[in-house]
Amino acid sequence: MGPLPNHIAFIMDGNRRYAKKLNLIDGAGHKVGFLAVTSMLKFCYELGVRNVTIYAFSIDNFKRSPEEVQSLMELMQEKIEGLIKDESIVNCYGVRVYFVGNLKLLSEPVRLAAERAMLATAKNSKAVLSICVAYTSTNEIVNAVEESVEEKIEHHESEPLIKLVDIEKHMYMAVAPDPDIIIRTSGEARLSNFLLWQSAFCYLYSPSVLWPEIGLRHFLWAILNFQRHHSYLNKKGEQLQHLLQDGF
Amino acid sequence: MVETLTMVFSLRFSSLSLPPHNTITLYTLPHVPNHRLRSTSNVSPPSSTLLIKHSLCPCAAPTQQQHLLVPEEEEEEEELKCINESPSLENDSLPPGLRRECMPRHVAVIMDGNRRWARLRDLHVGSGYEAGVKSLKTLIELCCKWGIRVLTVFAFSTDNWFRPKVEVEFLMSLFEGGVKDEMGSSLRENIRISVIGDISKLPKSLEELIINVEESTKNNSQFQLIVAVSYSGRYDLVQACQRIAMKVKDGIIELTDVNESLIEQELETNCTDFPYPDLLIRTSGELRISNFMLWQLAYTELFFTQSLWPDFGEADFLEALQSFQQRWRRYGE
Repeated sequence: MGPLPNHIAFIMDGNRRYAKKLNLIDGAGHKVGFLAVTSMLKFCYELGVRNVTIYAFSIDNFKRSPEEVQSLMELMQEKIEGLIKDESIVNCYGVRVYFVGNLKLLSEPVRLAAERAMLATAKNSKAVLSICVAYTSTNEIVNAVEESVEEKIEHHESEPLIKLVDIEKHMYMAVAPDPDIIIRTSGEARLSNFLLWQSAFCYLYSPSVLWPEIGLRHFLWAILNFQRHHSYLNKKGEQLQHLLQDGF
Repeated sequence: MVETLTMVFSLRFSSLSLPPHNTITLYTLPHVPNHRLRSTSNVSPPSSTLLIKHSLCPCAAPTQQQHLLVPEEEEEEEELKCINESPSLENDSLPPGLRRECMPRHVAVIMDGNRRWARLRDLHVGSGYEAGVKSLKTLIELCCKWGIRVLTVFAFSTDNWFRPKVEVEFLMSLFEGGVKDEMGSSLRENIRISVIGDISKLPKSLEELIINVEESTKNNSQFQLIVAVSYSGRYDLVQACQRIAMKVKDGIIELTDVNESLIEQELETNCTDFPYPDLLIRTSGELRISNFMLWQLAYTELFFTQSLWPDFGEADFLEALQSFQQRWRRYGE
């Protein structure tokens, strides 16, 4: 067997189409989608994938109908509170949870629940789960640029010189290495403002299955294809190291 | 090894069939396609829902100036002026199967597979690159003919400096020859040529030639060819950040002025009015962005094809455009 990915990221697309396909009530697709999240996390952690990231709620998603946004926020709060319980999947697998994004944009109950979950899992150290909420990559980059510039200005450098590592360390996603695979379900082939910086070299897999229907076979197929391309990734990793040393 | 593992999994999960490599399902556009005009200011969740103006012209990404989010009470459908209009084109210049109103405004291409193409034919790698240049010329002609306004091509990445020296030198001379060849026709055909990337790393003669061709074609407006040479999407963002840092240090802007619009203005793609590709095509079957434009590809539709770049022709481009026109772009909604 070849090397395993260290980090898999998921764009969980297709919940609404799934609900429509099965004539379910509004919001039911996302509830079933949560079950798919649980099973994917289990596959990842069982296989030994240390880092998992999920695109739970984009800043763009705030533009959906107020009812849908409200329903999603309530679902998120319920599931976040579930994470804190002893028997939750994150505690079973020793997963530290991060909520990644512009959390100030969340309503207070959801934000507080997220902060409690991060605190409650802070001692877990076997794996990491990054949940992107109120997130877009461009917003993340703006924040990282602001913080990088502020840091350099504060040090009163006459000629502030920003390097790649300066921006990277201020990214919300600095808690995890770059993803090796991004899986986007429902057949859409685009990043939708997710991990734009971090996805520079990663393998993009877009199965046509809708998110609530994703299963072990799709997961394994992604892993197999990652392994086929792994030597390419290794080479890129080395080259990137050289570039970092050259001060890019 | 892949085949063995495939058999094993087929036996264990006998009711399932493994999905083919790179499955993309095409969704039919809804009857009235959604049109998302993206605001370039700092996004914050609205207190009430903002309705997007519906349009029969759905697909192209917005320019900086267009900021048409309207309140919910103005819920009426309007035909928006097609943001990809090219008034000089005849309606029948498009091949059958493509709709004028759904043409991408900006297409980006990662021209991958030149070396593999040469190796498959037992040719020197240089022959692959030369064949690749022919594909590029064909693509430029098609873009002009079909009304695409901007074409950005990933000609040479920062990673490519690690290739063998002989190969890199060959590429540099190929670029130089290519630019000299294209200069005359670009001026005649109203084509603007721009180059993005760290050109200070290029041979001096090529650097000067690039500056010259950019200057002499800067007022051309029919079509823009952007060539990414010695380019990296991350480097683009770092240099934008650097420029912002200097402006803050010099008091030209405040730190609180930093937002998405400001970063966009400082990226190397500020050489065009349409910095966001609607469609990215990558040839040769690699499913990754490889540090091409990262910020700019936020909402770009990605199309991956197994064809090697020197084999990519009109039929392949047509297939990519047809795939694009069937995508349903929701921008998070």
